Amino acid sequence: MLSPPTTTCNMADTGVVEALLLGLEKAEDGVDSLELSSSLGVEHQVVVGAVKSLQSVGEVISAEQRSSKHWQLTEEGVEISELGSHEARVFECIPVEGLLQSELMKLPFGKIGFTKAMSNKWIRVDKTSEGGPLIFRSVQTIVDQVREKLLNVLNGKDAELEEKEKSELKKRRLLSEVTVKSYWITKGSSFSTTITKQETELTPEMIVSGNWKDNKFKPYNFEAMGVPLDCGHLHPLMKVRTQFRQIFLEMGFTEMPTNNFIESSFWNFDSLFQPQQHPARDQHDTFFLSDPALTLDFPQDYLQRVKKVHTEGGFGSQGYKYEWKVEEAQKNILRTHTTAVSARMLYKLAQQKFTPVKYFSIDRVFRNETLDATHLAEFHQIEGVVADYDLTLGDLMGVLHQFFTKLGITKLRFKPAYNPYTEPSMEVFSYHEGLEKWVEVGNSGVFRPEMLLPMGLPEDVSVIAWGLSLERPTMIKYGINNIRELVGHKVNLQMVYDGPICRLDT
Amino acid sequence: MPTVGVKRDLLFKALGRSYTDEEFDELCFQFGLELDEITSEKELISKEQNDSKAAGASDVILYKIDVPANRYDLLCLEGLVRGLQVFKNKLEAPRYVRVSPVSGQPQKLIITKETAAVRPYAVAAVLRDITFTQERYDSFIELQEKLHQNICRKRSIVAIGTHDLDTTSGPFTYTAKPPSEICFQPLNQTKEFTATELMSLYRTDSHLKHYLHIIEDKPVYPVIYDSNGIVLSMPPIINGDHTKISLKTKNVFIECTATDLTKAKVVLDTLVTMFSQYSSQPNLKHVFISSSPHSESTETVAQLLTRMCLLSKLTGVGDQIEVEIPPTRSDIIHACDIVEDAAIAYGFNNITRTTPRSYTVATQFPLNKLTELLRQDVAAAGFTEVLTFALCSKEDVGDKLGKKISETGAAHISNPKTAEFQVARTTLLPGLLKTIAANKKMPLPLKLFEISDVVLKDKSKDSIFFPGRCAEIFVDGKSVGRLGVLHPNVVTRFELTMPCSALEMDIEPFL
Repeated sequence: MLSPPTTTCNMADTGVVEALLLGLEKAEDGVDSLELSSSLGVEHQVVVGAVKSLQSVGEVISAEQRSSKHWQLTEEGVEISELGSHEARVFECIPVEGLLQSELMKLPFGKIGFTKAMSNKWIRVDKTSEGGPLIFRSVQTIVDQVREKLLNVLNGKDAELEEKEKSELKKRRLLSEVTVKSYWITKGSSFSTTITKQETELTPEMIVSGNWKDNKFKPYNFEAMGVPLDCGHLHPLMKVRTQFRQIFLEMGFTEMPTNNFIESSFWNFDSLFQPQQHPARDQHDTFFLSDPALTLDFPQDYLQRVKKVHTEGGFGSQGYKYEWKVEEAQKNILRTHTTAVSARMLYKLAQQKFTPVKYFSIDRVFRNETLDATHLAEFHQIEGVVADYDLTLGDLMGVLHQFFTKLGITKLRFKPAYNPYTEPSMEVFSYHEGLEKWVEVGNSGVFRPEMLLPMGLPEDVSVIAWGLSLERPTMIKYGINNIRELVGHKVNLQMVYDGPICRLDT
Repeated sequence: MPTVGVKRDLLFKALGRSYTDEEFDELCFQFGLELDEITSEKELISKEQNDSKAAGASDVILYKIDVPANRYDLLCLEGLVRGLQVFKNKLEAPRYVRVSPVSGQPQKLIITKETAAVRPYAVAAVLRDITFTQERYDSFIELQEKLHQNICRKRSIVAIGTHDLDTTSGPFTYTAKPPSEICFQPLNQTKEFTATELMSLYRTDSHLKHYLHIIEDKPVYPVIYDSNGIVLSMPPIINGDHTKISLKTKNVFIECTATDLTKAKVVLDTLVTMFSQYSSQPNLKHVFISSSPHSESTETVAQLLTRMCLLSKLTGVGDQIEVEIPPTRSDIIHACDIVEDAAIAYGFNNITRTTPRSYTVATQFPLNKLTELLRQDVAAAGFTEVLTFALCSKEDVGDKLGKKISETGAAHISNPKTAEFQVARTTLLPGLLKTIAANKKMPLPLKLFEISDVVLKDKSKDSIFFPGRCAEIFVDGKSVGRLGVLHPNVVTRFELTMPCSALEMDIEPFL
């Protein structure tokens, strides 16, 4: 709700307003605010106030800002105009018998005054006298020109001074040039000497009595900022998450339970057929737990099958041919992807009679990598999984098209890629109209048989999956460049307050 | 993804035609590569150091190409060119064949049992009748470096040594000796050093110091000798100066020592196949027989695969195809790897889109469903949602809250880069307070909320007691202690062997 800016208009000023209007009526072309203030005997600021309040009630007056320069005395200049210049005072204080230079220098005006008086040839120094140099007057009388000039300026006769003289006094810091802003006031299109009072608010009394018909109302200033609402706000990343969640639910995808940040290496890596010497399992990329350090509880027969497929192969595979160690699999980590949960869900699915499923999750994952403006150690992954008989790459593309269409993206291209646990793998690109190029929007693939078959899924069941980060589309949607302003405690709260609703398909 | 830098003009010359940057980018897209950066040596030095240091550097255009992490056959110009030419039907898929030496026996590398203690495996090969130019030589060295950085895991798993065969004579011996007994003139040095001395010498070498730890503390160090006792190399650190390769070298002896035999073979195969125009190791390996995986005709599929260097032909039995996997394709370990290559050759974007037909009804995860409902109403009540980090410092959940960290039940990270990553949060409170502290300029009141996970150690998995044989004691609804059979780990740590049970209880509630 807008409210018009308040105008201060107390009793004393109303008099000034009236005087201004009357003065303006009499004037031929206009009134200068400075002149008016001196003729009314009020401070210039009061006149300025009156001008401003008249300006807010419509076209009563027209006021043009002007600035002019005036010379005025500095504090030191004022002192000199009263007491005389330093050099004059030096002259005055020298008695007939002369004054010791050392004595003179003790006086406040001594130093500057001495030099000036010497150059004016008003005094002379006898260096030969005993007891030190002695100063004598060398003329009878002097004219304190500096003081006279300053007094002229003080009395408003500064035009009588030449520019050169004014600059010199300015150099000595006795004069300064100030800019004075004033207004040239002229009659406006609806000029009148009486101001009709404008109402600011429509009141219940006016409505009931019908008085509103006779009143004039002050127009609203729609340029002014409104009063901010006192309300709550949802976080932009979470708003985007809600939309993605909605999209998956609309497509019939069931939400996976991802409320476990800590995962064993077994589910996060080994069950996904990611080899134990893979760089992603390094200290550099993964957060390992020191407490609790290990998980010891695994479905043992499944674990043996996983071990076999890594070391020797089987299930149609050569395997990686390395020594698989259970100690590596036992190590607890902060999950590096939510695919670990997908693995658990697929294993669970394989323990019963197979039915086709569609799963999704949107939750936090952790990478121990170098941080920069767009990368943090914690971020959110969006993942979709479909398991069914005889799914093909064409099916994966179809699902991706359906998913991205709900995001308003219809032009997609697919590029061969590599993931340790999918084959084929495809990077998904969409065409960015603004940048006029193809940009990567996600990663996808078909899970490897080495992952699915040891779980006990039927041979003709294929599982397709895709993923993308939550932060990237959020930063693009909300125009944020530094991820720290979005995620974490250094969040830009104003951005959260101001964030618009999240509409992903526009 | 590993990145390979190639001189653009050399690349185009080898490919037999020029491309615009856009055309080459498109070719990469179809094949599964990424043209990451177009730059020059000069630009690179300018970026990393400054313009003045770049002054004398080369202006020659470099393409930086990202290759998939499992494709060691694409890590050099030779491999890239071969892959692309076969893909575009400009070259026939090569077949690699082992060639015997013109005269005499093949070379021998004898591995002694001492190596088992430090670096058990080694494989070797000879590349004969090679002609090096400066470019080929640079590429050869660069490929070794790339392999060292990737599959070799910085030389810890596999280390490569290449030698001029004509400066030395076999049979070669790969053994391990105490460092003081190894003495030779290493590459680029003018005198001999013992291995112990070399460890000190290379401690300040910016390149080699990173590899010393691999063997430094072992009682014996790996070393390869020729029949005259000349040291070829001390893997994984440095080669001997005697057998160093030059542009004039015609026959190259390659040895790979390793802690993983499979990887050593892959590395050797890669080096040899990349640089052989004439000869290489055999390994007509794993001939797969698979049914046609596509709706395309079997002939078409065979053609597609051959374009990916996977020589294929019909067996004549039904729709079976026999696929020959060359030694360059160590990434092929299952039929699905072959399927992907067929799809790439066909063109991913040429595949018809279909939709899975199964009908599924979705369920929300109850915890998330409740969270979504609560979020709406808490915001409607005037609170602003924040999203704070799950990792924080020990202080954040301990001292700052007036608690001892050991009492919090927090999970600890073993390799935090800074204090901010020491523990997983046990409460949401510190995150909210830190948010307020970082937003002091905002007008009051600040009303914040967060609904998210915290991490607490499972108390029921109490490490003191044997699971299923312990209990918590409650008096008037309050927990006063625990009792149960002690966990065998606990018993052992106190140097006992008999089963023990225990009870521990707080008596103050009974006052």
